[in-house]
Amino acid sequence: MSKVVVAMSGGVDSSVAAALLKQQGYDVTGMMLRLWSEAGKEDSNRCCTPDSMALARRVAAKLDIPFYVVDAKELFRSIVVQFFLDGYARGVTPNPCVECNQRVKWDFLLNHALAHGADYLATGHYARTRKLTDGSWQLLRSVDHSKDQSYVLHVLTQEKLAKALFPVGEYSKPEIRKLAGDFGLPTATRSDSQDLCFLAGEDYRGFLQRNAPQIGVPGTIVNSEGKTVGEHQGLAYYTIGQRKGLGVESHVPLYVLSKDVATNTLTVGEKEELGLRDLVAREVNWISGQAPMESFRAQVKTRYTASEAWAEVTPMEIDHPNEYSSSISARFDKPQRDITPGQAAVFYDGDLVLGGGMIE
Amino acid sequence: MIDHIYLDYAATTPVHPRVLGAMSPYFNETFGNPSSIHRYGQQAEAAIESARETISSELNCLPQEIVFTSCGTESDNLALRGTALAMREKSGATWILASQAEHHAVSKTAIQLAEYYGFQVEWLETDKYGTITQETVANAICKDTALVSVMYANNEIGTVNPVSEIGAVCRAHNIPFHTDAVQAAAYLPLDVQTLNVDLMSLGAHKFYGPKGIGVLYVRTGTPIFPIQTGGGQENGLRAGTQNVPYAVGFAEALRLTKEERVQRMDHVRPLRDRIVGTILEEVPDSLLTGHPVDRLPNHCSFAFKDVDGNLLLTLLDAAGFACSSGSACKTGNPEPSEVMTAIGLSRDWGLGSLRVTLGAGTTPAHIDAFLKALPGIIQQARSLTRISGNKL
Repeated sequence: MSKVVVAMSGGVDSSVAAALLKQQGYDVTGMMLRLWSEAGKEDSNRCCTPDSMALARRVAAKLDIPFYVVDAKELFRSIVVQFFLDGYARGVTPNPCVECNQRVKWDFLLNHALAHGADYLATGHYARTRKLTDGSWQLLRSVDHSKDQSYVLHVLTQEKLAKALFPVGEYSKPEIRKLAGDFGLPTATRSDSQDLCFLAGEDYRGFLQRNAPQIGVPGTIVNSEGKTVGEHQGLAYYTIGQRKGLGVESHVPLYVLSKDVATNTLTVGEKEELGLRDLVAREVNWISGQAPMESFRAQVKTRYTASEAWAEVTPMEIDHPNEYSSSISARFDKPQRDITPGQAAVFYDGDLVLGGGMIE
Repeated sequence: MIDHIYLDYAATTPVHPRVLGAMSPYFNETFGNPSSIHRYGQQAEAAIESARETISSELNCLPQEIVFTSCGTESDNLALRGTALAMREKSGATWILASQAEHHAVSKTAIQLAEYYGFQVEWLETDKYGTITQETVANAICKDTALVSVMYANNEIGTVNPVSEIGAVCRAHNIPFHTDAVQAAAYLPLDVQTLNVDLMSLGAHKFYGPKGIGVLYVRTGTPIFPIQTGGGQENGLRAGTQNVPYAVGFAEALRLTKEERVQRMDHVRPLRDRIVGTILEEVPDSLLTGHPVDRLPNHCSFAFKDVDGNLLLTLLDAAGFACSSGSACKTGNPEPSEVMTAIGLSRDWGLGSLRVTLGAGTTPAHIDAFLKALPGIIQQARSLTRISGNKL
């Protein structure tokens, strides 16, 4: 019997994932990562509150599978939280979930599972994998496109995909909720959340103020002609495309167009000025393990919540000794308002995830 | 679970079939409330009083000095809270002396008494084996002492304290002396006269009795208030309808324990000694925690440098061995226990503790399998601990 470790969060998706695998005849073990929270808020990381831990334990008991909590507090702090702070310090809007998937879930926890004698690691992500006849693996979007989470999984390599199981990716969210009820799991009524787990439901700005006060250096706000129109509180507190809370008086709505860390300047402008047709992404992971040699057309997703848009993707020089990494440029058919440095650009061919990298 | 090997008898033990047999008529045959006037009540009362007599004879005390509680922790709570409050009423004394290495049932109760009820706690320092000496107690005790609490045997590291000598010191000062004997009861003599104790906590599930029943021995004349008030059961010290079947089970388990004490010791001790010898020899950077000689005969405990003890337990469990640790924590938030700190272990050692406790079901084959698997699992735990980046 194949052994699988399921990363459980107490939520409906990972609970049903565990139940499905058990039903399919796997020897299932549940594991929950204990992640980091700020001092004084030790029990408030959304991914591992005492409540969610108790729920995960109940689910494991219901399924009669072993369940262990794995301490990853220090690892999470030193990798994911640091990545988040470093990103804001250099003026980009980082995506810590991608980093967590790459280096905590699909590295540390995967190794942990393998050390436990598991053949596979499963998560409750909405995504699918497919094995081709030549033995290679593909990553695909979930059947339920509205819940698809393949965006944060674009960092997976062939080696990791071979050990990855995404049981819920074959179902729609309503089906998963129904399955949770059918399995009698005590999670079925919980709601989704997309906040960063370590922010514990708070705004990221307060977190930055407490944990990286040096980031909040006020500076000038200029318009696209370079004229000073106001003062900002620190570049990290603003996101490309942001309209509210700029504190600039204007008879038309103004949006954040760009941030310049070198001069600590925030550029704002009108809606029509927003949007870019080009992006450059670095350290692209190609799911196939092979970087493309020629330009190709692909649908590109530039944020977890953004919809895909058509673009011409062109490989740039290989800039990294790792053959799986390279840089690309992408030229969109139409200007995109969501292109934000620090977020991931992920390339799709229909349901197939080709790869992705970090927007420069 | 069939393939699993249970090496955690200090956590709990299975109920002995004879105990279960003794209990079963009291669930639905002789089911009366011992406080009732009628025959049903009288029969239930007879059962619980007979259990009380059995226990008092094992403890060499009077039946009315036995108070049934719901568990060892409740017994500790009643002893500390009840006696501290009564002593303050009687003499104005407000100091509680307790060992640094006490079970949380004692230490957290003492902390609450200090934080919210106007008492002070002096934590008695242990030596590197976790032992409290009578000199330590003699140096700390004074007329303001309300109560001294020193455990008989330590749950984490197995060290046995010189309870009788400590009791003599307290007796000389006329200060009530409580011992938490929950871990000791399975193997050590429980004669309260020899032990010089005024209050002693016991829990049945550590010696093949059921969970959910405990006893507090209260020497006649010891100042103590009830903590749970109501119908006046248990000599007014613990209100609430008595749990008759479980009290019967407690008595039967204790009787069995005394009968089989020598035999049980002879069974576990050589197996335990083999574990200690092999681990210290074969596992690099390992040490035995607790006293090398004055320790429970079924108990061995270790510290391994640079190992996350929690992780070690999960790896052992996955390999089919159920053990425990001084930082055991199901929430994945390990911290070295107070006991590890008390015996002077630094964090890099204190987080890597392992407790292996044997019992009636342990066989030489179990120990063979365990000792064969352990060195490799420790090695695996060390490398996983390294990649988790935890600053040990």
